[in-house]
Amino acid sequence: MMEHGPGPGAGPVRAAGPVQGGQCRLRPLSCEQGLLSRPDGSVVFLQGDTSVLAGLYGPAEAKLSKELPDRAALEVLLRPKVGLPGVLERSREQQLRQTCEAVLLGALHPRTAVTLVLQVLSDAGSLLSCCLNAACMGLLDAGLPLRSLFCGVTCALGPDGAITLDPTARQEQEARAVLTFAIDSCDRKVLMATTRGSCSVKEIHQCMVVAQNASDTIFRFYRDSLRRRYSKC
Amino acid sequence: MAAERGLAAEACVGQVVLPGDLLLLPASYGEDTEGERLRLSTGAAPAGRLLCGPGLRRSGAGLLVTKCGLLRHRPAGGGAFWVDSQQKRYVPVKGDHVIGIVTAKAGDVFKLDVGGSEPASLSYLAFEGATKRNRPNVQVGDLIYGQFLVANKDMEPEMVCIDSSGKSSGMGIIGQDGFLFKVSLGLIRKLLAPKSEIIQELSQLYPFELVLGMNGRIWVKAKTVQQTLIIVNILEACEYMTAEQRRQALPKFSGN
Repeated sequence: MMEHGPGPGAGPVRAAGPVQGGQCRLRPLSCEQGLLSRPDGSVVFLQGDTSVLAGLYGPAEAKLSKELPDRAALEVLLRPKVGLPGVLERSREQQLRQTCEAVLLGALHPRTAVTLVLQVLSDAGSLLSCCLNAACMGLLDAGLPLRSLFCGVTCALGPDGAITLDPTARQEQEARAVLTFAIDSCDRKVLMATTRGSCSVKEIHQCMVVAQNASDTIFRFYRDSLRRRYSKC
Repeated sequence: MAAERGLAAEACVGQVVLPGDLLLLPASYGEDTEGERLRLSTGAAPAGRLLCGPGLRRSGAGLLVTKCGLLRHRPAGGGAFWVDSQQKRYVPVKGDHVIGIVTAKAGDVFKLDVGGSEPASLSYLAFEGATKRNRPNVQVGDLIYGQFLVANKDMEPEMVCIDSSGKSSGMGIIGQDGFLFKVSLGLIRKLLAPKSEIIQELSQLYPFELVLGMNGRIWVKAKTVQQTLIIVNILEACEYMTAEQRRQALPKFSGN
């Protein structure tokens, strides 16, 4: 878990998003909450064509071998669309678990287990950030106590250094490097950063700034969808 | 969003708040604790202690929101703020009346499933009129309506079926027949509100017995099985129906 502010002297950012006009744009977001009847919290989160279904169980009884004496034991399971989970899924599960643990107030529920199950419904790029967003909304839907919210943003660096936000699968393949950041809602701190490919430190800082700006849109989306949900009460 | 840091608590009452929002309290809440000033005149009412309810935690000068929901405020008795959130999973709270299912008998103690993370324990002496010779007739699988004596995050929850004066006041083993089902915690709170519209409208239909547990469990018993199932379906559907839809749906059932 890295904690980083915006880098000093971040230069001008050239971005080529999927929408014309040269703006950094996220694909359209949509979510549906409380759709499954068995889990305590469930949400399906869509970013463009990428969609992930998250189900949350907890705080429930933990097995003696897995229970922690001072906080809740969080377990994340990521199931790909086809095939069995492999090494890539395991590493993503660890990244998701560390991000969620930074935000969850586990000390309020010691010796319990919280289980988050993510099912990939369709993968059209930016899968890890979609999983992060679905995990956050799932935690909200289940009513678990959180310190703050978090969101996931993916950036792709083109061969010429252009930053594309929320890349599609094709843009990810053509990019020189793909970076995913998990950003906190309190001070826009970076909770988790992962990179695939090669890029310079300055480029990482530029992408971080772009991601932090884009996180505003996602947090506004969370607030709007929750307002809509509670307006029916 | 940066704008949500440090909003006045009173301004947000009735609105949706998200975890991470910091609510600032007006300065009057902190005044008395700062200086130890003796009040010579009894004219001014004491500020009282602010109650920080579920979904909120104290953080420096304000309240940090930890659950998403609607912020509520009660000005009486020093003031209380809490977050009204929709949840399915129950967390035991001291004093709550719940319906538990007996899962095991371990010596002098019954283990009950209350829907939380741990089974609650209930001593056989915690029933009205129970003595070592006169044990209550509780079997595995029975339903018990009781309240929590001990419920915190560090200890196993304990239930009793008597109140502080030793009377059962409606608690104890729930009788034969009837139907037990689970709803969300928000619906239970709505049903338990004084003069709940849903209960009033349902009681116009046919007579029935109803036990509401704060852990989301409801037990219903009416004269016939069909009437029981109709009430169960109406209560389950009340989560998603607005008041208008409910009033339209109910007259259809009054024939049975």
